[in-house]
Amino acid sequence: MLRFIAGRLLRAALTIVMVVTFAFVVLRLSGDPALLILSVDAPPEAVAAFREAWGLDRPLWVQYFSYFGAILQGDLGQSMRDGRDAIDLVAERIPATLALTLPALALKVGIGIPAGVYAALHRNSATDRVVMVMAVAGFAVPSFVLGLLLVLVFAVQLGWLPSGGQDSWRHAILPVITLGIGGAAVLARFTRSAMLEVLGQPYIRTASAKGVPWRAVVRGHALPNAAIPTVTIVGFMVGSLIAGAVVVESVFSWPGVGRLLVVAVSNRDLAVVQCVLLLVAATMVTSNFIVDLLYGVLDPRLRTARGGGKG
Amino acid sequence: MDDPLVRISGLRVAFDGVPVLRGVDLAVGAGEAVGVVGESGCGKSVTWLAALGLLPGKARVTGSVVLDGQELLGAPMPVLDRVRGGQIAMIFQDPASSLNPVHRIGRQVGEALRLHRGMDGAAARAETRRLLDQVGIPDAGNRMDAYPHELSGGQNQRVMIAMALAGRPRLLVADEPTTALDVTIQAQILDLLATLRAETGMALVLISHDLGVVAETCDRVAVMYAGLVIEEVSSARLFDAPAHPYTQGLLSALPPLDGLPRQHLAAIPGSVPEPRALPPGCAFGPRCPRHASLCDEQVPPLVDVAPGQRAACRILGADVPPAFGLAAA
Repeated sequence: MLRFIAGRLLRAALTIVMVVTFAFVVLRLSGDPALLILSVDAPPEAVAAFREAWGLDRPLWVQYFSYFGAILQGDLGQSMRDGRDAIDLVAERIPATLALTLPALALKVGIGIPAGVYAALHRNSATDRVVMVMAVAGFAVPSFVLGLLLVLVFAVQLGWLPSGGQDSWRHAILPVITLGIGGAAVLARFTRSAMLEVLGQPYIRTASAKGVPWRAVVRGHALPNAAIPTVTIVGFMVGSLIAGAVVVESVFSWPGVGRLLVVAVSNRDLAVVQCVLLLVAATMVTSNFIVDLLYGVLDPRLRTARGGGKG
Repeated sequence: MDDPLVRISGLRVAFDGVPVLRGVDLAVGAGEAVGVVGESGCGKSVTWLAALGLLPGKARVTGSVVLDGQELLGAPMPVLDRVRGGQIAMIFQDPASSLNPVHRIGRQVGEALRLHRGMDGAAARAETRRLLDQVGIPDAGNRMDAYPHELSGGQNQRVMIAMALAGRPRLLVADEPTTALDVTIQAQILDLLATLRAETGMALVLISHDLGVVAETCDRVAVMYAGLVIEEVSSARLFDAPAHPYTQGLLSALPPLDGLPRQHLAAIPGSVPEPRALPPGCAFGPRCPRHASLCDEQVPPLVDVAPGQRAACRILGADVPPAFGLAAA
C-alpha cells in the first residue's frame, strides 16, 4: 500500500511539473507582456527597463530554472500589473469561486445521482425517458448559453434575480444553477448506466434469489457496486472546484478565480496565470489521488491488486 | 405425484411476445432429486427463475406454481421474499459473478441467516462458519472474511451452496452448478450436493445439459425441448428405454464409454427452432426420424409410456424402428 501511495504521489508531482512547464512555455511564446502592459507605443527604453526588471531579457531556460527555484522556495512571483504577490491575488479570489462551485457541486450530486438511480430502477418508463431527455439537454447546452438564457428569463423578463455581481446570496443563485445543471446531467447519465450495468449482474439475481427484499438489494448490493464508476466522475468535479467556473464567472461578472485567470491571460500577467494553473493542477491531482484511494475502499479487488492484502 | 412439494403446471413465459416456455408441467416431491436437461435456450433455467419471480419485468408469466398449497405466481413480494432462500433456494452457473464482489463471503452467507432465521452477530457468525465447514471450505473461520475474488471458482460455488443452505430450504435448485468449473471440481460439487441432500433431506432440482451428471445425481429426469417438457423418466430407465426421439437422439450423441474408438457420434440433424418461428405441432418434428403428418396437427401432450415414464410423442410404442440408429452403436 505504501508503495502504491508513493507511486501515486510521484506521478502527481510529475503531472504538476508538466502543467507548470507547459504553461511557462506557451505563455512566453504567445505574446510579450512588456508590450501588452506598457502598450505598443511605449518608448523602447521603458520596454527594455520593464523586461530587465521582470527578468524577461534573460534566456528562456534561465528564466525557467529561476522560476522553478522560486516555486520550490514558495515564491510564486508577483503580478506585473501592480507588483503584488500572485499567490495573494489568487488566494483572495478563491472564496468567491468556492461560493459558486461548492453549492453547484452539492446540486450536481444531490440531483444527478438520485435522478440516475431512479431512472435506472425504472428503465424505459416515462420518468426514465424524461430524466434522460433532460440529462442530454443539460449536457448538450453550453454553460454560457444556459447562463444567458437564465439571465434573460429570471433577470430581464421576470426581474426576480440579479443578472450579475456579487452583492448578496441572491446573486449566486443563477450562476450556481448554471454550473449545477450541466454537472447534474452528466452525473445522472453516468449513474444510470452504472446502475443498469450493475443491476444486470448475476449477483443481483443471487441476492433476490436468497430472499433479500428489492429495496435492500438496491441499497446493499447494487449501490455499493455502482458507486465505483460514479466516484470517478464526482472526483473529477471536485477537482474542478477551483477552475470549473471560468465561463460562468465571466457571464455573471463574478469576481472569482476564473475571471482573474481570464483577465491575467489577456494581460499576459505571467506570474498570476502560472499561479492559477499551478493551483488548478494541484486541486485536480489531489482529487484524483483521493479518488484512487477511495477505489481501494470501495472495491476490494483493487485493494488486493495493490498489494494491500486482506483487510 | 399426489402431493408434491412444488407443482408447476401450464407454466408459460414470453419475452416481448416471443414464447420461451409453452406450458411446462413438472412436479417435485419432498426430498426428491429431479434433473432437468435440454439444450441451451430450451427453458430449463427460465422455468425456475419464473417460478421464483426472478425474471425481468418484461417477461409475461402465466400458469401456476404451487408450493405447499400456496400459489407463487403473482404472490405479493413479502411472500416471495420468504419463499426465496427460505423454502426454495437457487444456485447458479457462474459462482464467481454470482457473489457480490464488494462484500465478504461471511457477510453474504450471514445475510441469508438474518433474513430467514433471524440470526445476528456472534450467532450468525458461528452458524456461517459451521455452514462453510459443512460445504467443505477449508479454514472456514478465516475464509469467511475473504472476498469472492480471493477464492477459486469451486470454492465460490461452495460458498453459494452454503448461502443456499443458510435458509434451510426444502428445495435447492442448482442451475448448471458445475458448468463453469474444472472437471475434477465438478465431481466434488456434485458429490457435495448429493451428500447435503442426504444430510438435510431437502429436495434437489439439478438443471444441466449433461445427461450423465443428471442421471448420476437424480432419481428422475425431465427432458425439455423448445419450452416444453417432452419426457419424464426415472434415471434408471433414461439410458435403457428412452421413449421420445429427442431423448434418444441426446443419448446417441453421447460418446460411448465402452464403444470402439473412432466411431462417429450421432448428431441430431438440424438445429433447435427459433422460439418466434416454431413449426406446427411437435416442435421436434422437422428434426425427427419418425416424423409423420399427424405430428404437425397439434402439440403432443405428455402420455404415460411405462410406470414412471411419460413422453410427449404421437408415435410411441408401436413397432417403430429405433431413432438415430441407437442399435447400430
